[in-house]
Amino acid sequence: MKTDNRGRADRADAHYSLYLVVVLSVIWLGNSGHYSPLLLTFGVVSVALVVWIGRRMQVVDGESQPFHLSLRLLAYYGWLLRKIVESNIKVAACAWKGPRAISPVSGRVPCRLESDLSRVIYANSITLTPGTVTVSLDDGEVLVHALTESGLAELREGEMEGRVARLEQP
Amino acid sequence: MIIATAIALLVVMVLALVRALLGPTIHDRILAVNVFGTKTVLLISVICFISGRPEFLDIALVYALINFVSIIGVLKYFEYQGRDEREGMQ
Amino acid sequence: MIDSVLAILSAVMLGLGGFFMVSGAIGLLRFPDFYSRMHAASMTDTLGSYLVVGGLMLTAGWGLPLFKLALILVFIFFTSPTAGHALAKSAQHCDLRLPGGGASTKKADNEISGSAQGPDSRDVVSADRV
Repeated sequence: MKTDNRGRADRADAHYSLYLVVVLSVIWLGNSGHYSPLLLTFGVVSVALVVWIGRRMQVVDGESQPFHLSLRLLAYYGWLLRKIVESNIKVAACAWKGPRAISPVSGRVPCRLESDLSRVIYANSITLTPGTVTVSLDDGEVLVHALTESGLAELREGEMEGRVARLEQP
Repeated sequence: MIIATAIALLVVMVLALVRALLGPTIHDRILAVNVFGTKTVLLISVICFISGRPEFLDIALVYALINFVSIIGVLKYFEYQGRDEREGMQ
Repeated sequence: MIDSVLAILSAVMLGLGGFFMVSGAIGLLRFPDFYSRMHAASMTDTLGSYLVVGGLMLTAGWGLPLFKLALILVFIFFTSPTAGHALAKSAQHCDLRLPGGGASTKKADNEISGSAQGPDSRDVVSADRV
């Protein structure tokens, strides 16, 4: 995420720090429920401390806060939620039918996504849908364990990968 | 229905404990403890609505954080020590 | 009117959530090997939790409890796959290199060659950030 262009990088840095301040403030205000000056001061101090530590750790960037994708991410998570419901029903049926209904397989699924962010979103989505679990994420492929053959075959078809790839297209 | 959910959660927690006791490997036990932890978070939230005390939600939130961090910490420990420890643990 | 609709909806969601969690726990007990059990556990962590927290959110009304429940929901949504992936990766590095026995043994050679790339914890760290 570090670009050669220092000026642009600094501006982006300030941008993401501002996002972080807003998010942390909302979390503080929402969780505290007390708005006396003393507690608000504590809130400001904690937010400043967390942002300072985050910047020192160099984790305040587009990877930890992918806000540039937020609208598309929402649409994607809506689609993912439907997949989660479908696969939950399948796995629940397997659980009630017993061990004979399942045929665990593992295999490597090719992953042509380029940026780290989209690869992590992809692996995360695979793990999030019950019935498939990402075991490891290497260059160019993911090792997936699936509860049934059909789960693995569905991943190989690549609909989820295509949707993740479209997230980061300009 | 909210009481029924609380009972279902308790049943799930008992079943997870059974899995944690049965094993057979250390990772099965960690998995069961993880399930137990997330169900504890939900149980605290449900109890907060049954008893009408919204303060309990803070406890549920903190429990969710602690559960996640402790699972990751335990896994970091066993990721590299598992080979030496597993004879003793099983 | 709206209140009773919300109450019915939340009761349905709580009931379904309880059902999915109990099925997950049944799977956790019945499935034969570790990785299959992980799928059952991820079922209780995903739809079971979402439905229960969602049902509670419908009864909560506007206010801080709603915000806190939403925060719990977001937190479960982002941490449960991370914990699941860390668990699978750690199992892969320790004693459970393969799902022992069962139908998956035919893929055994493939998996061993795949997992021989040495421990690499970077994936777990980067999965944290999404």
